[in-house]
Amino acid sequence: MIGPAVSIRNLEKLYGPVPALNRLTLDIAPGEFILLAGPNGAGKSTLLKTLALLLRPNSGSIHLFGEDARQGDRTAIRRRIGLLSHQTFLYDHLTGLENLVFFGSLYDLPDTEGAAREAIRGAGLDGRGDDLVGTYSRGMQQRLAIARAFLHRPDLLLLDEPFTGLDADGSDRLETHLRGVRDTGRTCVLATHDLPAALRLAGRVVVLAGGGILADRPASSLPASELEALVRAAARPGTGPGALR
Amino acid sequence: MPARRGILDLAQTILFALILVLVPICLYVIFAVVPTESRMGVIQRIFYFHVPSAICAFLGVGVCAVASALYLWKRDRRFDILAHAGAELAVVFCSIVLISGPIWARPVWGVWWTGEARLTSTLVLWLIFVGYLVLRGSADNPDQAARWGAVVAIVGALDVPIIYKSVAWWRGLHPRVLKATGGQGLDPTMERTLMLCMLTFVLLFTYLVIQRWRLGRLQDEVQALLHTARRGPAPAARA
Amino acid sequence: MSYFRTVWLVAAKDLRTELRSREQVVTLLFFALLVLVVFNFAFDFTIIDFVSLGAGILWVAFIFSGVLALGRSFQIEREQDRIQGILMAPIDRSAFYLGKVCATFLFMAAVEAVLVPVAVILFNFPFGPRVGAAILVLVLNTLGFAAVGTLFAAITTQTRRGELLLPLLLFPAAVPLALSAVRSTSHVLAGHPFDRYASWIALSGAYDLIFLTTAVLLFDYVLDE
Repeated sequence: MIGPAVSIRNLEKLYGPVPALNRLTLDIAPGEFILLAGPNGAGKSTLLKTLALLLRPNSGSIHLFGEDARQGDRTAIRRRIGLLSHQTFLYDHLTGLENLVFFGSLYDLPDTEGAAREAIRGAGLDGRGDDLVGTYSRGMQQRLAIARAFLHRPDLLLLDEPFTGLDADGSDRLETHLRGVRDTGRTCVLATHDLPAALRLAGRVVVLAGGGILADRPASSLPASELEALVRAAARPGTGPGALR
Repeated sequence: MPARRGILDLAQTILFALILVLVPICLYVIFAVVPTESRMGVIQRIFYFHVPSAICAFLGVGVCAVASALYLWKRDRRFDILAHAGAELAVVFCSIVLISGPIWARPVWGVWWTGEARLTSTLVLWLIFVGYLVLRGSADNPDQAARWGAVVAIVGALDVPIIYKSVAWWRGLHPRVLKATGGQGLDPTMERTLMLCMLTFVLLFTYLVIQRWRLGRLQDEVQALLHTARRGPAPAARA
Repeated sequence: MSYFRTVWLVAAKDLRTELRSREQVVTLLFFALLVLVVFNFAFDFTIIDFVSLGAGILWVAFIFSGVLALGRSFQIEREQDRIQGILMAPIDRSAFYLGKVCATFLFMAAVEAVLVPVAVILFNFPFGPRVGAAILVLVLNTLGFAAVGTLFAAITTQTRRGELLLPLLLFPAAVPLALSAVRSTSHVLAGHPFDRYASWIALSGAYDLIFLTTAVLLFDYVLDE
């Protein structure tokens, strides 16, 4: 039997005296595509940062692929996590290829150069790999950013508002790409305000409020209108987990 | 918790009572008992404020640095609040040193400011900890303020002896003001007065640290309450 | 991956992007030259002891341009959240720090390589045979400045008042280095024997050692939330 990809128990993160995550418990099975929904300040980005090992929680436990992410080998876990956000992470003054080689080298890939060239081709950037990223169009940068996030073939993909700032075309392309990723059996956690697109991708929806879980349902049983109502309800003061149970 | 609070209350009351008694005694001794220094005259009496303030400033830096290290190690907010209290008091007492120093220097050395090693080091120390307070104020949340403040405080505290050494070498060592005055060391009455003032200042410092620390704890409580008021009651763990 | 390969990867990436944004490098260099020229006007070098004053002005120019370079180096990492991309990677945070220190050090060294000859002409510095001693002084003091500067810049660029805060924190903390640098530089320029300023060299060396170690130990706390 395969254990959960992500296992969070009573996770607590305080910003000073104020909790951002409030004893949150969540399991994610391998291959699941989770949508994290909720209003601003509900704890979406804090949870995502915790999963990305960018943030040290105050208490509780977090296991990624069965490995303790607080005391265990964080470097080994990092190899299996990828992050794609609405920011590209790319350096304008490096070429597309140099960007991928730089990040690939940080992951110590066996054939960084080859992997980078292949990724450039995969992103449809043939012939532009040796141009500075600063000269790329928004769409090209986005494709390169996606290629960068997948360069080390992460098992867990974290998506932080990836649709923000994209035109309709870019959104469609990203959605298609993410569908492909989902179908390869990778685990994905998507935090976004763009609920309709996210609902088409996600298998399970987790609505956060006040740093805890307000609702946790299969996406198929949750129409967009109902989810939007849930998120609005979560934004009202006094709403915490259990309020709707 | 109530027991701890009771002990703190008691300590504070005792300290307050002691300070209330000691401060008038100090003032009386400084202005009516201790003999006037033969060469510098009346102005020398400022040293009974100046030197104890310097001691308190260094105590503040020490408290801040140790509490900062403990915070980074344990990640306990209470250490951060203590570090913040130490830094604020370090700035306050440094300011007293920096004001009283030139007032003394003007009639005695003929200038307001010289490159005297201790005075200059104190100025640099003051600048570092003012920077610390500004940095804390520029952070987006208390967590950042605590982490970044702790790093700066540790670097700053480690820097203190190096700064002192470098400034002393830069200017060449100046005569030790107190040792030089009495010929062979300090007049016994002067020394006892200085000791009394130091004791009073250190007690005052301790009282202020406790007071400031408790204020910080209250601020935290208010923040948490405000958050709860806006967000609703703290949610229970998910079933 | 080996620790030092990561250090070098980060440093090489920084130097490459720095060199590619030529206008930035040129602007910074002109700024540093301007500092020299302005001070050259401000003081009458025929009547003032030009050796110690010139050494001071030279280091003011180095330190000012160093602060600007540091702020910019981390500003680049903040834009587009690039630093998150790096922090996600399976590398030691301290390797990233040391890479940044290397890049800052090499960049400042390049600025110094341009400024020193200019200062020799502008301030009529004696052109002595003490090149080795001069390089030692430059290396030790630049390294210490880069070490503390990188630690502080990583903090201040995350705040709202970053560009103002960096000098506010860094200048006081770097006072020992500044004093040591100016004194040893003027000794070198005056052609004094090494043991006249050996204690200053030792002070700078100790500063470098203490703060490089401290920063490596503390850097995790600067970036991990």
